[in-house]
Amino acid sequence: MSGYLAERSLFALITLLFVVTAVFFLLRLAPGGPFDGERALPPEIEANLKAVYHLDAPLHHQYIRYLGRLVQGDLGPSFRQKDFSVNDLIRLGLPTSLRLGLSALVVAVALGMVIGIAAARQPGSAADILLMAVNNISLAIPTIIVAPLLVLVFAVTLSWLPAGGIGSVQHFVLPVTALALPYTAAIARLIRGSMVEAQTQPHITTARAKGLNETRIILRHTLPLAALPVISFLGPTAAGLVTGSVVVEQIFDLPGIGRYFVQGALARDYTLVMGVVVVYSLAILTFNLLVDLTYGWLDPRLRVG
Amino acid sequence: MKIFWLALTLLVVIVAAAVFGPGFSAWGPEDMDWSAIQAPPSAGHWFGTDLVGRDLFVRTMYGARVSLAVALIAICVSLCIGVPWGIIAGYSGGMTDQIMMRVVDALYSLPLILIVILLVVVFGRNQYLLFAALGAFFWLDIARIVRGQTLSIRNSAFIDAAKTMGASPGRIILRHILPNVSGPVIVYATLAIPGVILAESFISFLGLGVQEPDTSWGVLVADGVQTMESSPWLIIYPAATLGITVWACNTLGDQLRDMIDKQHAIQIKEAR
Repeated sequence: MSGYLAERSLFALITLLFVVTAVFFLLRLAPGGPFDGERALPPEIEANLKAVYHLDAPLHHQYIRYLGRLVQGDLGPSFRQKDFSVNDLIRLGLPTSLRLGLSALVVAVALGMVIGIAAARQPGSAADILLMAVNNISLAIPTIIVAPLLVLVFAVTLSWLPAGGIGSVQHFVLPVTALALPYTAAIARLIRGSMVEAQTQPHITTARAKGLNETRIILRHTLPLAALPVISFLGPTAAGLVTGSVVVEQIFDLPGIGRYFVQGALARDYTLVMGVVVVYSLAILTFNLLVDLTYGWLDPRLRVG
Repeated sequence: MKIFWLALTLLVVIVAAAVFGPGFSAWGPEDMDWSAIQAPPSAGHWFGTDLVGRDLFVRTMYGARVSLAVALIAICVSLCIGVPWGIIAGYSGGMTDQIMMRVVDALYSLPLILIVILLVVVFGRNQYLLFAALGAFFWLDIARIVRGQTLSIRNSAFIDAAKTMGASPGRIILRHILPNVSGPVIVYATLAIPGVILAESFISFLGLGVQEPDTSWGVLVADGVQTMESSPWLIIYPAATLGITVWACNTLGDQLRDMIDKQHAIQIKEAR
């Protein structure tokens, strides 16, 4: 188990290093710099600016410098927002983003499992077909459409919930719904498929023959078997939620780090964009590591290793 | 089976409308009709007009061309990377396979669309680059499928026979493995199309993808969102076209996959 953990952690670290390296060199090769404005700066000022941000040093020096700082948890100054370091900006935005992302994850997993299990109880029944049809439709409608529609219906027409901003729990209802919807649908589909398959296993028939009640069969015998594909789907779900949160934060005007990403990308704020990508990747990789551990714990074959 | 034909028909209709539809309208994609600014759907403008009086039907169909072209180019790029990657990994096995599939795993766990956005920001808003960049990230599924298929037929009798007759690895891969993995690859390419279309609309929605005066479904939806209270048709039609296309591709892919799985099961039965 500890060998497995060490291997997984090493793998995550290598992936992170790869991301940092790729993004660093990509942005430095970009045409146009962070100081390109409406008006060209006098050469002396530009040289001074570059010196302040160490942009005049050879590329590999900059890279090593950045890595060194990164190890100490320092993401550098923001090139555009002069009074802020990237750490400051991320510290401002991260709580909102985390709350949004984690709530969406919990909703997607919990609701998706409930719907999937309900649909799998009687495959082919009217309830099953209806649930799966609704599911297929929500898979086909992207967040960029769902989110505005939710605002139109629940905020503008019915005025039940606020359309944007933060402040109370109500502010998070619509964003979380919009973000979680496609993954709820995907997880429901996944668990329905594996539940239907698991129900045909001999030990489930045995459990039925013994006269166990249906709830107990599902909770103790079918679900542990059927949950494995869902657990391996959690990694891609996390990556998808992170990506989706960029759009959701934009639409619902939430001050999270996804907003910084879009602003930074449009303004060529190198360090800010890199910082956000690094934080996102770190979050996803850590989450994947936890998933791997859970998997290793649930699957007895891996426990030995 | 009925749903298969429904999905196929809808897809054919949308593709045909994208190719031929604008020819039946009196308006071009950038023509402004000064007598019908932000007008609801009518006989003259089937989907209504936008804020500057451009015909929404024509623009939705031009957007369809862009979105479908994105899908095709991205799928081609992802096939060009994914198929060789999967075959080499599956056929070599051992350490090579391990390392190659680890790379795939690593890329799987990253926010790839954000990295595509970075690419677009860095290298300018070139549409074709955007398409290719998307393709460069959609090959992961293809690589996995191809590797699995290659692994399953690598030790078949006919491959052994070819080896005994002195065929080179290149010939075995091209003549014997490639034709045998093509079925599942086509299915998964169909299933990847919605992913690419959604990714493109996502990026364009943020204002980082396709730029005016060109348009795509993502751009149209982003514009429609601004005015959905006063003129809902501006979001309804582009959103519906996008949704139907994605649903049809998903359904087609699922059905094709089921067919192949059944065929596969029958083959296994017969072989026994």
